[in-house]
Amino acid sequence: MTLTRRAALAAAATLAAPALVRAQGPALKIGMITTLSGPGGYLGQDIRDAFALAIESGAFGAAKIDLVVEDDGLKPAQAKQIANRFIKTDGIKLFTGVVFSNILEAVAPDILEEGGLYVSPNAGPSSLAGKNCHRNYFVVSWQNDSLHESAGQNATALGYKKMYLLAPNYPAGKDAITGFKRFFKGEIVGEGYTRLDQTDYAPEMAQIRAANPEAVFQFHPGGLGIAFLRQYQQAGLVGKIPMVLAAPSLDATTLAAVGDIALGMDVTSHWNTDLDTAANKAFVAGFMKKFNRVPTYYASQGYDTALAMAAGLKGGASVEAIRGALLKADFSSVRGKFRFGANQHPVQDWYGLRVERAPDGKLALVTKGKILSDHGDAYAAQCKI
Amino acid sequence: MAKGFAVRREQVLGVAGLLLALVLPNLAVALGKPDLVTLGTQIAIYAIGAVSLDLLIGYTGLSSFGHAAFFGLGGYTVGILAFHAAGEPMFGVIPGATEAWIVWPLAIGVAGVAALAIGALSLRTEGVSFIMITLAFAEMFFFLFVSLKTYGGDDGLGFRRRNGLPGVAPRDDVAFYYVCVAALAAVLFGFSRLVGSRFGRVLQGIRQNPRRMGAIGLSTYPYKLAAFSIAGAGAGLAGALHANLLRFVSPDMLHWTMSGDFMIMVVLGGTGTLFGPVIGAAVMVLLQSWLAQWTEHWMIVMGPVLVLVVLFARRGILGLLR
Amino acid sequence: MTLLLEQMLNGLQFGVMLFLLAAGLTLVFGVMGLINLAHSSLYMIGAFGAAWAGSRGVAFPLALLAGAGSAALTGLVIEVVVLKRLYARDHMDQVLATFGMILFFNEAMAMLFGRQPLMAAVPGFLSGSVELIPRVPYPIYRLAIIAVGIAVAGLLYYLISHTRAGMLVRAGATHREMVRALGVDIGLLTSGVFALGAALAGLAGAMTGPLLSVQVGMGDRILITTFVVIVVGGIGSVRGALAGSLLVGMVDTLARAFLPGVLKSVMVATEADAIGAGLSSMAIFILMAAVLLIRPRGLFPSHG
Repeated sequence: MTLTRRAALAAAATLAAPALVRAQGPALKIGMITTLSGPGGYLGQDIRDAFALAIESGAFGAAKIDLVVEDDGLKPAQAKQIANRFIKTDGIKLFTGVVFSNILEAVAPDILEEGGLYVSPNAGPSSLAGKNCHRNYFVVSWQNDSLHESAGQNATALGYKKMYLLAPNYPAGKDAITGFKRFFKGEIVGEGYTRLDQTDYAPEMAQIRAANPEAVFQFHPGGLGIAFLRQYQQAGLVGKIPMVLAAPSLDATTLAAVGDIALGMDVTSHWNTDLDTAANKAFVAGFMKKFNRVPTYYASQGYDTALAMAAGLKGGASVEAIRGALLKADFSSVRGKFRFGANQHPVQDWYGLRVERAPDGKLALVTKGKILSDHGDAYAAQCKI
Repeated sequence: MAKGFAVRREQVLGVAGLLLALVLPNLAVALGKPDLVTLGTQIAIYAIGAVSLDLLIGYTGLSSFGHAAFFGLGGYTVGILAFHAAGEPMFGVIPGATEAWIVWPLAIGVAGVAALAIGALSLRTEGVSFIMITLAFAEMFFFLFVSLKTYGGDDGLGFRRRNGLPGVAPRDDVAFYYVCVAALAAVLFGFSRLVGSRFGRVLQGIRQNPRRMGAIGLSTYPYKLAAFSIAGAGAGLAGALHANLLRFVSPDMLHWTMSGDFMIMVVLGGTGTLFGPVIGAAVMVLLQSWLAQWTEHWMIVMGPVLVLVVLFARRGILGLLR
Repeated sequence: MTLLLEQMLNGLQFGVMLFLLAAGLTLVFGVMGLINLAHSSLYMIGAFGAAWAGSRGVAFPLALLAGAGSAALTGLVIEVVVLKRLYARDHMDQVLATFGMILFFNEAMAMLFGRQPLMAAVPGFLSGSVELIPRVPYPIYRLAIIAVGIAVAGLLYYLISHTRAGMLVRAGATHREMVRALGVDIGLLTSGVFALGAALAGLAGAMTGPLLSVQVGMGDRILITTFVVIVVGGIGSVRGALAGSLLVGMVDTLARAFLPGVLKSVMVATEADAIGAGLSSMAIFILMAAVLLIRPRGLFPSHG
């Protein structure tokens, strides 16, 4: 069990360490500030576990890496304290881990102003993607809008003409609706905002039935999504009004919790367990073996973030050198093609997935085809680095 | 005799605390842990909020569960003024501001006036109803800021610089630490004077026996309202400093768990004492920070610690020291 | 018109769900004067217990029993070990100690079951829907929740007003010393009441598990709403909890359903959606503040 925080994950210690590591002492520290407690805890856990897996499987070569993980408790003030200690007392320059955008917006400025480098394994809010972009700020996951742009494109491709949209009343929820609309060509017959503290979705179900759309797009990550899907089914809407989803609303964990309800639903994602690349096969097999659960896309992002940072470390010891090498994105992403755009956010392919029953009787997300190729984001043009 | 002894103890404690606070930055450097300065700043800020809440809980007998509302309002005053200073004026007319001598009094004022309004309504109830109605108003403000898209909603609002103070470099963390310690010292001094005054004695009379205060022809309502408003203003100052420390405000500051944290600090340290809330704030911040460094399952230790304090340290940590 | 009717039915059902939680909370407050924040932990334990039993292939009614039972057992333990000592204490102390318990139980569940949400399915015989209102299918499971809620309300009414234990509960709430003087073991009484309250919280968790998401911290979100309910209803009164639940459930549901629409007629659509959602979140707190200002002790204050 990885119960202790300082999972000092050293790889190939006996080999001669490269110059950059020797110059900075025994092991290079990477600070991971992530959310491990509370309802969103499993997201941080997946990112942390996958990152550790990448270190263990030798992604960093001979370099000794000390991954220092700490729980932010989903509190901006706590995250700031941790960042401050990592920077000032531990002398850490390389950071990653933040799951939620409100935490990221609180800690990113501190890290960047102190000359640190931040590589995001998940959150990619629009506020840091456009004119407030930063040369030491990289996002390996996605720009928030692209999750939903791909869903909009998918809805168009699936031939839906009348959609009903629903998301929680917070910035990421509003980004979701904006992103979806940007790529959806049909008509929006209704739009609603739920609450983050909401548990009962009966009123929304009634509104959807009254609006009678061809399909529903809803964005409810984690536990919210589980409750929404269960109540959607009990309202008798599953099978009547199809659902088009973005990756956060139906990840591997959600799927395991809702079961058959999700059968036949359309999801878009930048990654899936069945993507046919050597790197991905190794990652999925390694993750299942070590942790005995199906990796979520959060895990894939944690893994890719580790690979990207390892590629950066090949460039040298200084933050500037690491940054330069990182920008080339010279690593085998589990997603296949991957490069950074002008704002150092991903330019990548998006896929349409569908929930199907695998031959062994279990439910799985199955890749159906490519939705968008080399897709960047709408904010890159505003970024001047 | 016993009372005189306790007072002397309190003075000794105060002087010792002040000395420790003054040398903390040097100590942090000597120990090779410069982040202790920021931790100290955080403690001083929470202590201001907790001390002001203790005026209600400990001295007046009013259990407010909505202190975070005023903490958040103070913070958002700083954040919103900084936002408008960097962009368009508010409603096209009110310009933003970044100077501490304008912003901080304003933050205190906004929080104080809000407390006056909320208190005027809430103080018509008492006991559990009072706890809940203060919670209700705080939740209303919480949801208000969550739905204000202009100011970042749930994601919060960041700004680049701390408020300007003459003679203090905005990026100097040690200087800002001393500013916060000075603010705490001023608040403590003010509160000790307030508690010792006739006003303070009336408040304690209300806590001990509200009926008797009524019987001697004293209307308790204005006194309670004044105390509520002063406490709100204190929380507003704490919120303004907190916003400056983080250079970031978010609805998180107004969440009910923040009100709960302030209550915990007061009870943990010892209600109705001058330094109790300060000790409570320090223990709370340090314990949380150290436990979280030690294990990701820090809550499984933190929870029982709180229970044990309630069970075995009836007058808080300060009570144990006595 | 159909939509309004359906939304009112939804409000009723949400209210009944709240009542399952509020009944135990208000009972414990009424008899022992305890503000128990850890009620949300008992709710979570009930949900986990039922989901765990369900995943082991236990039949649904038995899984419900397992949920309620595990919550009752946990409740009994914390009552005897900790809470008994807090009944005579300040509300502040109670809030602090029970808040500490929330932290403990959240982390304990995460260590036992992991942080991933658990699977909890509606049993076959309760899935599907019926058309109560023509052309509007209504989930049978939600009707089952309403039925359980009514049964609980009936049972509590019978217990409190027609049994000796209930008489003691009523007497204990107002004249604790007198009851003790009559030779009644007040400790046994408080333990019994607390276990009953915990079992109701566990039942609520077990019943709502298949509707919501069974995960760590699931009760914290609904805890505050439950407090609003019992304060509106009159803290300590089961009748008040019922009235408060229905009122809060109705106000919350209708505000969410119709406020954005109403606002749209006076302002830009996107603004209306955002502000409507914000306002509807505030609705139940505005309700609570209003009720307290008019009737400081709630709609149905308990005696004494």
